[in-house]
Amino acid sequence: MTLVSCGDRIAETEKAAKEGILLIGNGSEPKGLDPHLVTGVPESSIIGALLEGLIARHPTNDLEPEPGMAERWEHNEDYSVWAFHLRDARWSNGDPVLASDFVYSWQRILSPALGAEYAPMLYVIQNAEAYNLGEIDDFSQVGVKALDDKTLQVTLQGSTPHFLSMIKHTSYFPVNPRVVEEHGGMTDRQSGWSTLENYVGNGPFRLKQWVTNQVIEVERNPSYWDAGTVRLNGIRFYPIDNANTEETMFRNDRLHMTNTVNPDKIAYFQEIMPDKMTISPYLGTYFYRLNVTREPFTDVRVRRALALALDRQLIVERVTKGGQAPATGFVPDGVPGYGASTAVQYDPDEARRLLAEAGYPGGEGFPRAEIMINTSEAHRKIAEAIQALWREELGIDVGIYNQEWKVYLDSQTNLDYDISRSAWIGDFVYPSTFTDMFTTGNGNNDTGWSNPRYDQLVARSRVAESEADRMAIFHEAEDILLDEMPVIPIYWYTRVYLKDPRVKGWYPKLLDAHPYKYVWLEPNDDTGEE
Amino acid sequence: MLKFIALRLLQGVLVLLGIYAVTFVLVAATPGSPFSSERAIAPEILAQIEAFYGYDKPLGERFITSLGNVLQGEFGPSAVYANRTVTQIIGESFPISLTLGSISLLLALLLGIPAGILAAVKRNTWLDYVPMSVSMAGICLPTFVMGPLLALVFGLILQWLPVAGWYGPEFMILPATTLGLYYAAYFARLTRGGMLEMLNQDWVRTARAKGVKESTIIWKHCLKGGLIPAITFLGPALAGIISGSFVVETIFQIPGLGQWFVRAALNRDDFLVLGLTVLFAAMIVLMNLLVDIVQVALNPRLKYD
Repeated sequence: MTLVSCGDRIAETEKAAKEGILLIGNGSEPKGLDPHLVTGVPESSIIGALLEGLIARHPTNDLEPEPGMAERWEHNEDYSVWAFHLRDARWSNGDPVLASDFVYSWQRILSPALGAEYAPMLYVIQNAEAYNLGEIDDFSQVGVKALDDKTLQVTLQGSTPHFLSMIKHTSYFPVNPRVVEEHGGMTDRQSGWSTLENYVGNGPFRLKQWVTNQVIEVERNPSYWDAGTVRLNGIRFYPIDNANTEETMFRNDRLHMTNTVNPDKIAYFQEIMPDKMTISPYLGTYFYRLNVTREPFTDVRVRRALALALDRQLIVERVTKGGQAPATGFVPDGVPGYGASTAVQYDPDEARRLLAEAGYPGGEGFPRAEIMINTSEAHRKIAEAIQALWREELGIDVGIYNQEWKVYLDSQTNLDYDISRSAWIGDFVYPSTFTDMFTTGNGNNDTGWSNPRYDQLVARSRVAESEADRMAIFHEAEDILLDEMPVIPIYWYTRVYLKDPRVKGWYPKLLDAHPYKYVWLEPNDDTGEE
Repeated sequence: MLKFIALRLLQGVLVLLGIYAVTFVLVAATPGSPFSSERAIAPEILAQIEAFYGYDKPLGERFITSLGNVLQGEFGPSAVYANRTVTQIIGESFPISLTLGSISLLLALLLGIPAGILAAVKRNTWLDYVPMSVSMAGICLPTFVMGPLLALVFGLILQWLPVAGWYGPEFMILPATTLGLYYAAYFARLTRGGMLEMLNQDWVRTARAKGVKESTIIWKHCLKGGLIPAITFLGPALAGIISGSFVVETIFQIPGLGQWFVRAALNRDDFLVLGLTVLFAAMIVLMNLLVDIVQVALNPRLKYD
């Protein structure tokens, strides 16, 4: 080790670029790398390098099905029975990838004893829910079968044309049954198969190094079926919780990409490094939940008034500043074939009228209500802006209080709040990932709101005859939601990060899922052009 | 002396048991669960997860099981980090914190103690005012200001040192300095106070009157007693440096123990919280014992009893 002065110092990023190794900030330390147990973004971004599902991630288009383990597939007329034809692919330990591996994997995530939190992602499969909840014990009744070594047949509950979109999710990823059985078996949550020593994957990269809180490194997997296409030699994922630390590392030439950017610095970075500041739409909605079981939010006019009084343009321009779009509906813009709703508008006059009609003219007599946020500077700023807007437009005074994350989750689940800051990120690009959650009694509803017509529509969306019908049904459901306003959409998310112009093949993605096999580094080209 | 140590160790074990029991109850009483997340979990699935980690058992039974495990040297699995045990997590991060802590402490002593002695001896001159003002600033300037400041100057502007990570000696300089300076300031002030108290003793005046050289007075007669306050602080300081370097670890991206203290609590990772608390308590007990031994050795008025 030597202390090098500025003159002869070779930047870490430059060295790595020459070696074809991508250095990337990855949020927090992954809680694990088992695709059936993890739930977070930092985990799935690493798993995306190590494992590959039937359908892979497409470099630019979230809807385009990129062949992965399946080289081709077909479905029946109403999209309820699918057959996937697997290619000749191998696990990183040399085992062939078989259709039965997928059967094993899906049985694993659906096993009640594993307790996988993301098991409900597979409920579109026939009898999957019943098996997961322990109502049936015989997995052969679940709609997934290996017809032979290379053919997987999947029978769904109903017509699901967006099934290909769903199976890109890590919960549908395969694991190697031989390896899992060797290390504790199918339903062992503490199974050792997904550790550094034992990890076996089928993705473009394989696990090379895992130092807790420091780095996870993956290297090119020579037994990957499409190894020739892979351009990077490796990726180092750095778990960095703190946006400022990450920024310092980026500016110290130790990262090619950050995971995020401190919102207060976005404008400054746009000025000093416009070629590196990257902002792209992200399939998520920032919103406020209203507790409809509590006065005065039991009154739909109050809920609508609160929503109409918000100048969302102002909030995204002056407070969040990350290029977010003012939310005019609950399902974010960008879902193909859907066309985002425009039902949520800024109309202070109408808001005042509704509030007066509800019995609070000019905010008079409006009960004291509180906005609950989880502890975070950014959430507080937005809440303060909303507090000011409501005071100004409606003459009502709401308070703000913060709760530590886990306490906040408890309060929200138990409906122990008036107004709760919330957010939802889509699991796949389809309206249902946003609309399903507000059915009566859904675990993610958390507002106390219930509407039988809405429930019917969501149920009908699963058996609709055509895609056009389905989209119309989703719109009808969303209209009900936005008319009754148990939630106030505020903005649609963006991903904001710093990216070295030498990183190529990295395109904006609605789900922020990037196929690393198409990414490369151009050590001598920092123009940012592809 | 052996009896003294044995007795204190026995007391220490009882203290640790007490702390374990209290922490166990507090952790169990804290709202929120390690398994709650923004996405709802079906009650059936949650029940399975809870059963896996033994959360379905009554509190008393859980306490006995967990105590039994601890006595065998395992605090249990992390409820949040898959296939990692508490012992593993502590085993990985503790040596790093120990290294960083030791270097910081060494730096703190090497800077703080001489500065304190100098200030006491040259009382009310610029050799007193300057180091004492600097140390006051050091105590007032929190590590979350000092750290980024050092990173900015030596990392980003001068580009002499790496700003984050833990890959070799050069990565230790900035964090150890940030942490060390803070404690150096404390040691300087404590040493100055201790030395001044000694220098104002009657027997010092007598010694001076008898013509004993000033250097003999300082080094031979006053130093031992003057260092006692600083040494008393050594125990809590070391424990604090090793476990409480959360801020410095976050700023400089160091995979040490401090981050786990915060993360374990935020995640409600119960076994990890227990393990860390007991570790921290054990460190304080041990350090205080060491300090007591050293104190008796230095102070003739104290005896092991």
